[in-house]
Parts: sequence; structure tokens; C-alpha cells
Amino acid sequence: MHQNTEYQTDIKMGFRKFINSKTLLSFITAFMLLGTNLLMAQTEAAASSGTQSDAMQVDWTGVAYYVLLFFLVCLGVAVVGKILKIYDLTLKIQGKKGMKWNTVMAVICLVFLLAGIYGAYWSFTVQGSMTLPEAASAHGVKIDEMFTVTTVLTMIVFFITQILLFTFLFQYRHSDKRRAHFLPHNNTIEKIWTIAPAIVLTVLVVFGFFTWQKITNSADAKGEKASIDIDITGHQFAWELRYPGKDGKLGPKDFRLVSAANKLGVNFKKRSSFDDLQADTMYLPVNESVRLNIQALDVIHSVYMPHFRVQLNAVPGLPTFFKFTPTITTADMRRKLDDPKFEYLVYCNKICGGGHYNMQKVVRVVSQAEYQSWLSKQKPYLTDQLRKELHFAAADQPQTGSQNRLALNN
Amino acid sequence: MSTLAVHDHGVAHHDDHGHEHHHNQSFLSKYVFSMDHKMIAKQFLITGITMAVIAMILSILFRIQLAYPDKTFPLLTTLLGRFAPNGRISADFYLSLVTIHGTIMVFFVLTAGLSGTFANLLIPLQIGARDMASPFMNMLSYWFFFMASVVMLSSFLVQKGPASGGWTIYPPLSALPKAMPGSGEGMTLWLISMVMFVASSLMGGINYVSTVLNMRTKGMDLWKMPLTIWALFLTAILGILAFPVLVAGVVLLIFDRSFGTSFYLSDIVLNGVQQPYEGGSPILFQHLFWFLGHPEVYIVIMPAMGISSEVMSVNSRKPIFGYHAMVYSLIGITVLSFIVWGHHMFVTGMNPFLGGVFMITTLIIAVPSAVKTFNWLATLWRGNIRFTPAMLFAIGMVSFFISGGLTGIFLGNAALDINLHDTYFVVAHFHLVMGSAAIFGMLAGVYHWFPKMFGKMMDEKLGYLHFWLTFIGAYLVFFPMHFMGLDGVPRRYYAFTEFVSMQRWLTVNTFITWAAIMAACAQVAFLYNFITSIFIGKKATQNPWESNTLEWTTPVEHLHGNWPGEIPTVYRWPYDYSKPGAEEDYIPQTVPFSQTMSSNLPHDFEDNPKGLEELNKFTSTLKANEQVK
Repeated sequence: MHQNTEYQTDIKMGFRKFINSKTLLSFITAFMLLGTNLLMAQTEAAASSGTQSDAMQVDWTGVAYYVLLFFLVCLGVAVVGKILKIYDLTLKIQGKKGMKWNTVMAVICLVFLLAGIYGAYWSFTVQGSMTLPEAASAHGVKIDEMFTVTTVLTMIVFFITQILLFTFLFQYRHSDKRRAHFLPHNNTIEKIWTIAPAIVLTVLVVFGFFTWQKITNSADAKGEKASIDIDITGHQFAWELRYPGKDGKLGPKDFRLVSAANKLGVNFKKRSSFDDLQADTMYLPVNESVRLNIQALDVIHSVYMPHFRVQLNAVPGLPTFFKFTPTITTADMRRKLDDPKFEYLVYCNKICGGGHYNMQKVVRVVSQAEYQSWLSKQKPYLTDQLRKELHFAAADQPQTGSQNRLALNN
Repeated sequence: MSTLAVHDHGVAHHDDHGHEHHHNQSFLSKYVFSMDHKMIAKQFLITGITMAVIAMILSILFRIQLAYPDKTFPLLTTLLGRFAPNGRISADFYLSLVTIHGTIMVFFVLTAGLSGTFANLLIPLQIGARDMASPFMNMLSYWFFFMASVVMLSSFLVQKGPASGGWTIYPPLSALPKAMPGSGEGMTLWLISMVMFVASSLMGGINYVSTVLNMRTKGMDLWKMPLTIWALFLTAILGILAFPVLVAGVVLLIFDRSFGTSFYLSDIVLNGVQQPYEGGSPILFQHLFWFLGHPEVYIVIMPAMGISSEVMSVNSRKPIFGYHAMVYSLIGITVLSFIVWGHHMFVTGMNPFLGGVFMITTLIIAVPSAVKTFNWLATLWRGNIRFTPAMLFAIGMVSFFISGGLTGIFLGNAALDINLHDTYFVVAHFHLVMGSAAIFGMLAGVYHWFPKMFGKMMDEKLGYLHFWLTFIGAYLVFFPMHFMGLDGVPRRYYAFTEFVSMQRWLTVNTFITWAAIMAACAQVAFLYNFITSIFIGKKATQNPWESNTLEWTTPVEHLHGNWPGEIPTVYRWPYDYSKPGAEEDYIPQTVPFSQTMSSNLPHDFEDNPKGLEELNKFTSTLKANEQVK
């Protein structure tokens, strides 16, 4: 027995030597250096190669390096595995119990918990500060308040439950000396933790419901100043804007009237259509209620203006609208964010095809005076070309009584 | 060890037919067109794992694009050809990758791979039946699934590439072949594959439900079923009720695409050309899709919940806390999941009042979910926790379910959803709560029932390595995504380079991609472990985890009909772990109360007055004896 133990210790020493051996270390270092060199060469080659033929040369050494690296890692894992196994066996031969994996896992759980809490904290502070600035619209402020309340409540639950989960794992790790506590149920505590979340959720539901109703039940009330009507129409892959002219009304549209010059299919049978304006940038007067009329020509798009907490899908055949009041001008926001290049944007947030990722339009919130002067400079929707086209096509224009049809089965 | 498998060959076999032919099965009937539920379970599992690896590789491809939108990788062109010209994945193929990744993961891995594997394996074994109610339909179910998988993957071979409208395939994008390349033949194949998939899922589901309802062994009443069975049973019911609606939606979409109808289409001008569709509504498709789609996420998560409950109870050596509450919360989730689908549609132009209603129902469903979480925590409390790889994965499932479930409270709130809808916040939410949580439940099941499936043990150490790398990797991938979503970064964007405001997220994207690659490499540990253990793994004992449920009373060697003699009778619930007064810290379901007088509790005889009388007699004699002493 004594000899046996000695022999095992020898093996152990042997492995220690193996791990500590400088040759191995230097080999690994050399390999890593070589690999890094290869990698650098690869990136340099990729960077310097302006021509396509160069770029298309597959760098097989680089590929081989990564494959080799992967196998080396696997080999390392295998070596560590074997060492652990032999260590385990030596312990058993010495008459001790083998590796206490339950304890090892329990400790790792605890380490994970601590690292996780720190990681979550780091993420909240560093990445949390990269999120959207304060809401730039009246209803957005309410959404943000709800968001804060929900975040605080859920984060409390998040930290408590995760901490409990991982500390239980550590504290109640396996031991041969004791038995688990036989506890099949406890009606009182079960009632408590059914009712408690129910109450918290009821509060959230009630607040959420009323906020949502307020945001969406937004037809202009009687006596209230009418909102500014702005038409925004999505198509692959851009947004078209249409502003009302002096009459403050947008003319009706019909998809059958769409042509090269009449991109939106505006119906010029109606008087209100004639003074409509087109625009490249969405200008909005600050502190004025705006009604975005949202439509799509081809597939579903989504009008997404995150700074204003505005989003609604643009659905072909189903005109929708979103009413909101911008409260912070672009200039103010630039000052607040200390970013002279900041722009509000509207972009597409519903998959719509290959160009989906670049369907943006600049939104500028300006003072009332600036807005008026900008509006007066906008071109009429009824361009010369369209005038010409309409003149010839006037007779063909179909007599449609079904303008602005809503899809029936929504 | 007390199994009550009685070797009495005088008793008539319920399955004489199967027994007679069991020795001279051909290769074809044993491994390919097998009607044995255990073999079908393995077929589902291996197909599911294969599909999961493919979908994972797809995700790594699009993650590379997101991390390095400006770099060229000539290797990609070599591998993908026309889909990645000039060393970069094309924008259209990027969307295909996202779409097929989602479709495979949700349907082929987490529905068929998860339910298919464990319902087939566990339902007959845990309720004490010799096979499924209809073994033939069970076989058809697998082969429909297999064909669906082949058709789905074959869409990579068509000229214009696979479907690319997102896994939700909203028309008009998916209905108009000219709207994007993927809406051509790729979409057709997607729809064909899905119809076959649903057929498979229905045949499986009907089988599961009828088996659970009709074929339980003597004594196995519903309240003695393990939670795995409850979960798989309710999942099957959900599938039976929800999947046909998807087929309805898909068939109408096929009509719109190929036969000129206008169910979903209206007022469309594509590339300046008026399309002859009138009167349809794209919202109709969304209703039909999400009427399946929302129950679908519970179809995905409920088996994972059931498996985790079972695994956590076994390895904490403690009864699952609040068994009844666990069952009722599963039932609650099942019922409620049918009336919450509208929360996917708050900002689609659906009537806002409906949005309000769906918001209320959605937040109600959080209550049973919360109850389940607390019950899991209470199960661990004062347990005697053994960290098997299965246990670790079950714990990981709980951790992900908490993290992902809590963000559901944001998204279920219509007012908050306005700004979060379709952003990376959603991506983070569902990848944690139904992606990672469900896959962890599935892996827990694989590690736990591997000895039952293959008669061998998996290597524990590799399991540990696999768990920690995957667990940490998944958090590193999905946690930062919440903040991208809060910055208004939309999902399904090919590159963030076009927006000044999004460019600062590029470094985060690179980080996420490397975390994903690490987690993907960790799966090699699993695959290696899984494959080698089948052949050279340590031989399993009959009941390696010292578990109470019926499947561990069957012999290690598989035989058609599961039990060599009579099917054992069940006397107690499956969670008598660490019962005070018992000799071992577990009492299998097959042990009658008469053999465990010292550990019986009055609670065990709630609906059995005779038994209670016996118990009282026993305790009074015990007391009398003590007094004599």
C-alpha cells in the first residue's frame, strides 16, 4: 500500500512537471505568436487589397490556423480532463473520496453569481448609458415613467430570485451526512406568492392600460385645435412625405392612380389635393400636435421614431395614424446631448426586404416660425410633369367611390 | 432497490404481437421505419440535434456579418457561392439566414426535437404503457417531420435562396414573389415544409393525448403523473388546437401566392406596378399566425418546464414544491395562452382597444409563470443538491426563464411595446425566455434520460464544461442586446453602418459574436460526449439517478413492450424523496404504502379512509410499544 501511494505521488509529480515544463510553455507561446503573425498578415492583406481579385483569395493559412487553434484547445481540454481523472484516481487509491464535484460546482455557482451581479451592474451602467435620451414627446414622458416603474419592480425581482437561486445551490449542495427537508407543499406561502405578483401586475396593467388608451384614443376632440396632418408613406426602400397646403387638408389617395409622377396616387378630382406639398425632411413644429397618417404602397413597413416613442406599422390597404406632440427641438436636443450632429430620425422597423436596414429620414423639430418659413419653401406635390400627365390622362381617371377604403377584416 | 417488475409469464401480454416479432426485426423495421416509441424518440432527438447544429451555424454566419459589416471573408464566398458575393453575405441572404435560423429553431428543434423526443420516450415509460396508442401514426409523425426538414433545408439549393421574410412570414412581403428574392421558390418550399411539419405535429399530438388519457397503468391516476407527463400532455393539447390554425393561414397564403386570391392583399403598388389585389387584409394573416404563434412559445417552453421540474426534484432529493400548484399553473398557462396572441400585434394597426384587452390577458399569464418560478426555488431550498449535468441545465433553465420572463412584463405592456416592438429588446427577451430556457430544458432531458435511451452514461465532466460555457455564453450574447433595444436598434438589420447612432453598437456586436462563437464551440463538447457515449460510454445501471418514476423500473436493455412481465402497478405520487422515516431517500412509485409504514403520513391517505385507519393503528401500536419500553 505504501509503495503504491509513493508511485501515485510520482505520477502526480510527473504531471506537475509536465504542466510546469518550460518547453511546453515556450512551444505554446511560439505557436500563439506565429498565429498572431499570420492573423495580422491576413488582416493587412485584406485591408491593403483594393482590387476584388485580391480580396477573393481565400487565405487558407488563416483558416488552417483557426482550425489548428481549435484542435489545440480541444487537446488542452482533453489533457486537463485526463489530469483530473488521474488525480481523482490517486485520491481514491489513497483511500480518500474522489474529487468532490458537487462542491466544485456549488462554488462555481457562487462565483458565477458574484461575477453575474457585477456583470449586470457593469452592463447597466456602461451600456445602460448608451440607450435613448429622454423622450422628446408629450406622451413619451408617460411611457418613460412607466418604463422606470416597471424596470425598478422587475429588477428587484430579478436580483432577489437570481441571488436566491444561486445561494440555495451553494448552501444546499450535496452532503452524505444529511437528508433533504421533506416539504411537499405549504398552502399559505403558495397563496402569498400567487397573490403578490397578481397585485403588482394589476397595478402595472391598470397604469399601462390607461396610458395606452390615452396614447391611442387620440382623435381630435371637439373644440381642440386640429392637429397638423402629415402623410408618411412607406415603399421599398424609402419614405414619402406629403404636407397639406394652405387649406390644412390632405387630398385623398387611391392606389390605382399611382404613376411615375404621382408616386402616392393622389386623387386630383378633389380640391384639397391641389395645394398639397412634398418634402424630403420631416419638419415638425415644437409643442404642436401632429397627426402622422401612415400608409404603405407595397409591403408592411413600420414608422419608428424612437426618440418620440412613436411606432406604428404601415400596412398596405390599411391606413393608420399616430398622434403625438414633439416637445424638444432638434437644437435643444443637440445641446442636451452635447452632440452638434444629432438628428431625430424616422426609420423602418418591420422587415421589408433587402434594403430594410437603410430606410431612414431625418426629422427636425423646430420652432413655429421656422416651421412656417420652411413650409413656404416646399415644392407642391402637383409638379409640372404631373400636371402634364393629368392633362392627358384626365379623361381616363377612373370614377372611384371607394377611396380610403379600409380593409374590412382587421 | 425495489422494483416490482413481476416476471410472471403466465399473465397474458397486452402486446403479444410486438413481442413475437421482437427478435427477428430487420434493420429497416428496427432502425428506420420503427414503430417502437423509444426508437422514434431517438430518431426525433438525433434529427433535432442535427437541425439545431445547422441552425446554430446559420446564426454564426449572420453574427459574423453583424460584427464585421465592412470586412470581407473570401472563405464565405467559397462556402456560400452566390449568396455571399465578394466575401460578404448579401443583404437578402442575411435575411434568409435569420428566417431559416428562426424557423428551424422554433419548429424543428424546440417543437419537434423537444416534444417529439421526450413525449415519445417518456409518455409510455412514465405512465406505464407498452407503447403509444398508435405506433404506426407515431412512425408517420417522425417521417413527416423528417420530410419537412429535408424540404426546409433543400430551399438552400434553389436559385434565389430560401425564404427570407422572417420566421413570421408576414404577407404581403411573403406573398409577392417579386417583393424579395426569398419570396420566390424559397417561400414555396417553406410553406410546403410547414404543412408537412404540422401534419407530423398533429399526428404526434393526437397520439400523446390519447396515450396519456387511455393507457395509464393501474393506479396511475392523473394526480400521480410526473410533471413531465403533465407538461407534455398539455403541450400536445395546445399543439392540436393551435397548429391547424397555422395551416389555415398557410393555405390561404398559398392561395394568394399561386391562385390570385386576395385574402391578405389589398391596394398594392409594387415597384410602380399596381397589383390586382383588393379587399384583403395583411392583419388577418397576423391574427392567424399568432393564434398559433403564441401558444407555440408555450409549446416550446412547457416541456422544458416539465423536464426541469422532474430533474430538479430528483437531484435536490426533495419533492417538487407545490405539485398541485405546478399542475394548475401549467393548465392556467395552457388556457391563457390562447387569448394573448394580440400582444404581438400592438403596433400593427390592429384596433387599439383590442390591444388593451390583450395587454390585460398577457400580464395575467405572468402569474402562473411566477408561481412556477417560486416553486422551483422552494424545491431547491433545504434540498440535498447533486450537481449532475442534467441538474445544472435545469437550473440554467430556471435562471433564463426568470431573466427572460421579466422582460416580458415590459413587452406585454402595450404602452411600453410602442418603443420596444421589433427591437433587439425583443430579440433578447425571447432568446432568453423561450430560446435558451427551452434548449436548456431539452439538454437537461438529454443528459438525464440518456441512460434510458442508450443504456450508457454520458461523461459528467464534459457535461460540466458544456454547461458553463453555454450558460455564460448565452448570457454574454443576450444580456447586452436589451440595451441595444432600449437605444431603438431594430432587429433584422443587415448592417448598423448606415446609421450614425447605431455605429457605437458595433463593438458590442463584435463582442456578442465572439461570445456566440465560444458558445457554439462549446456544443462540440456536447456532440462529442453524446456520440462517443452511445458507443463507448460507461454502461448504465437500471436506476442511475435513484429516481422514483416508472421508466427506471424497465430493464436497461430495450425491448419492445418496455416491461418483460406485467406492467408495474403504481401506488404513490412520483415525488417521495427524502421522506422522513424511510430507509432510502427515495421511494419508487411502485412501492405500496404497506411496505413503508414507518414513513407514511396522514396526508398520503387523504382520499383513502381505509389506509388512514391502518396508519392510525400502526402509529398507536408504535406509541404503545415505546411506552412499554
